Amino acid sequence: MRSFAVNNERGVIMGVLSSSVSITQYRVEGDIDTGFMDTVAAKLTANAIREIDNEPEEKSAGWTGFESPFKPDFTGSSFMFGTHLVFSLRIDKKSIPSKVVAKQLNMAVAKRLAESERETLHRNEKTEIKDEVIRRLLLKIPATPNMYDLIWNYEAKILWFFTGLKAANEELETLFNKTFKLSLIRMFPYTEALLACDLTEAEKDRLEKLSPTAFFKGAA
Amino acid sequence: MIDVSVAYNRYKFLGHEFLTWLWHMIETDKDALLEPSLEMDDIYIGNRVVLENSSHNRDEVISIKGDGAGLEEGLLALQKGAKVTEMNLVAKAGENEWRFSLKGESLNLSTLKPPETGNVEGEEDVEGAVLEKIYLYEKAVNLTGHLYRQFIKRRLSPEWETQTVRNMTVWIGRAAER
Repeated sequence: MRSFAVNNERGVIMGVLSSSVSITQYRVEGDIDTGFMDTVAAKLTANAIREIDNEPEEKSAGWTGFESPFKPDFTGSSFMFGTHLVFSLRIDKKSIPSKVVAKQLNMAVAKRLAESERETLHRNEKTEIKDEVIRRLLLKIPATPNMYDLIWNYEAKILWFFTGLKAANEELETLFNKTFKLSLIRMFPYTEALLACDLTEAEKDRLEKLSPTAFFKGAA
Repeated sequence: MIDVSVAYNRYKFLGHEFLTWLWHMIETDKDALLEPSLEMDDIYIGNRVVLENSSHNRDEVISIKGDGAGLEEGLLALQKGAKVTEMNLVAKAGENEWRFSLKGESLNLSTLKPPETGNVEGEEDVEGAVLEKIYLYEKAVNLTGHLYRQFIKRRLSPEWETQTVRNMTVWIGRAAER
């Protein structure tokens, strides 16, 4: 049973249902051999987003439901829409302002100097204090979640990812491969020509040797 | 197949040539672009064209914005050796309109606005709304795939230099005389 949370959990409608979207296209290489639905649900669950609030971690990335981004649940084929799989990549990130780190580090160093009755600290000691300061700050700061929807047409081996952000696309490629043991090939001029344009062998040979054209010979 | 990350940079020029060719086709032979299976009546340039001139050790970016913006500046840039790197397009099917930007180097569709759909007011509306959106996005994705396929077939044919480039050179030259 689906829960209607597209509006209220995300705050605003975004991704697939927003009025304006950006799409990065991928080709999916490989197949899931047995028990497609159960296998996909199990793999999504195993690689679902892990909460890092109250953890000394800076970043977490994982899958979540398109309709319930803050309660990942892949039971009951909730990710199937017709013949398409629809779910989201969620990336949670904590960002500590550098000035906050500098202030806390300064205070911690001053405290250590006072306690040890020394005038300077060894570089390694300072690094240790800085790591501890950052760890304590990470425990206090909540992570900011970002959701990026995807639509996977399994039969056509096509996947649309609803952002053009480089970092999110790189995260998608890594996590998808890790989760499903399938490769994602990003479609851009070369791959689109090679994989989606029914080129003959002779055309493929020519593609490998192409060099830029000058359209206006009188170019200044 | 070349390594994907190497190929991305090496073949950026192909995406730029595609958009430059597309502009030429829209202006000179639009009917040849749209085949019936696409179910699109019209295609035209929207509110943004970005060109880049990397020839002669220059790295100029020319950005033309606004609906009905004078594309003459863009044509002048083409004369100087620039190519189109990004283009906003409008495709129409009857009253329905798709607006989107196409980036040459990635073929990504950005700011894609398909025709308006009904509001999602309850749980029971979600699946229908998603399927409707998929159908509408597919129209724009299929259109760009079709246009690119037309381009690449020409680009890899012996007639590319003897016919297409010759026609484009004439078009760019005439544009300058306007």
